[in-house]
Amino acid sequence: MAMLEIKDLCVNYGVIKALKGISFEVNEGEVIALIGANGAGKTTTLHTITGLINAKSGSIVLEGKDITRTPAHKIVKMGIAHVPEGRRIFQNLTVLDNIRLGAFTRKDKDGIAEDIEKVYKLFPRLSERKTQVAGTLSGGEQQMLAMGRALMSKPRIVVMDEPSMGLSPILVSEIFEIIESIRKQGTTVLLVEQNAKKALSIADRAYVLETGKIVLSGKASDLINDESVKKAYLGE
Amino acid sequence: MAFLDNLINGMSLGSIYAVIALGYTLVYGIAKMLNFAHGDVIMVGGYVVFTAMVTANLSPWLSILIGIAACTVLGIVIEKVAYKPLRKASSLSVLITAIGVSYFLQNMALLVFGEKPRTFTSVVNIPKISLFDGKVVIKGETIAAIIVSVVIVVCLSLFVNHTQKGRAMLAVSEDKDAAQLMGINVNSTISLTFAIGSGLAAIAGVLLCSSYPTLTNTTGAMPGIKAFVAAVLGGIGSIPGAMIGGILIGVIEILGRAYISPQLADAIVFAVLILVLIVKPTGILGKKVNEKV
Repeated sequence: MAMLEIKDLCVNYGVIKALKGISFEVNEGEVIALIGANGAGKTTTLHTITGLINAKSGSIVLEGKDITRTPAHKIVKMGIAHVPEGRRIFQNLTVLDNIRLGAFTRKDKDGIAEDIEKVYKLFPRLSERKTQVAGTLSGGEQQMLAMGRALMSKPRIVVMDEPSMGLSPILVSEIFEIIESIRKQGTTVLLVEQNAKKALSIADRAYVLETGKIVLSGKASDLINDESVKKAYLGE
Repeated sequence: MAFLDNLINGMSLGSIYAVIALGYTLVYGIAKMLNFAHGDVIMVGGYVVFTAMVTANLSPWLSILIGIAACTVLGIVIEKVAYKPLRKASSLSVLITAIGVSYFLQNMALLVFGEKPRTFTSVVNIPKISLFDGKVVIKGETIAAIIVSVVIVVCLSLFVNHTQKGRAMLAVSEDKDAAQLMGINVNSTISLTFAIGSGLAAIAGVLLCSSYPTLTNTTGAMPGIKAFVAAVLGGIGSIPGAMIGGILIGVIEILGRAYISPQLADAIVFAVLILVLIVKPTGILGKKVNEKV
């Protein structure tokens, strides 16, 4: 059984059909990439999974439990953390407060303290800036904070929305290395990326979205060599 | 000496404004709406405490507790019934609804308690302090108002910055969606905010009626609006800002009444609002929005 199973998911914004019945699955330990152009429905898919948007029809099943109608604030505790597009860190709070908020649903004080140290180990720059107000961080640091914050809920699946957006090539590589190490620690990753080449290079499998539909899917290593993918998304 | 007297009176009135302004500022900071019915919750608090104390002959402390409980519940109900359905509506709709709630409360009070003004008995039994051979007298109500408001500001700051629920409020105030992704229940956080703000309104009602004992159905309206000016002056959304703004508005009002014109005192207060909006719209302690890509 797949860890996360999306079936015939439809989402409307008013009269606009953003998702027209998409189905895919994420298995434990995988890195899955969702790629596609702007407006294809990638962000909508993630928002619907974590409950920020309601589905019109279809289902989202996490480890056998239907979470289609579960409100966003309850999803975190069930094991899905969301690194939103544009980071959405709490700009006026300190770095440490942001990280602590990531553990909002947890009650184990010792475990939280331990995990804060783990986040610092993964992102040493956050440790240097823990008392700094988060709004003063650079774009790359903010992205790291958003990722660290998400990890604090001890998720089994992390969904990440455009983690490389607006970052310099060096930082992009750094972010992707971190995604690798998150996977190595046993966390499943569902990744939405404009940077299809990078995404496909670290993903196990991928789905290609086009105007609310999945038009192609398969092993990432196959898709990266697929002629139509190359043309449309890899700029070759 | 008269100046010192006026200054102290201003600070006393200002402390009451500060407690009311905290309600405005909390609700604005977290729910991003101006709850113009907030002043009328004060009036309801005044009536509840009056009824408990005078009609039912309960002790002042018990009456105050009943007043706080009643206003807390009232605040939660107002939010659930009037504002929650408008969570995604335009801010103008919410504002109009708030004004509607304000008139509703005023007229309900008229219906229930009648138009005859009630005379509130002060709940404060702190002895007055005489200074300079009795030339300056500080009333017990004045001391109570200042102490209570300082205690409230300190407690509220500690609560917001150092508790889990408080940090949830800060997170919701900045970004509701991101807060939900942390596992924070936005609706219950907003409810809590209204509960705290309205509970404080009851305390403000008691302080106000102890200093100015005439209680009618519009008792809360004017202080409510002036406290709103105070919240804007201090920087809306900021807890210490509400305190500073409140004290300043109280002092400006009393000094204006004493040295410029008793009739113009209210106009001066609102002139301050206009000035702040022109010169520094974020207020004294208002936050600058950090933006970085």
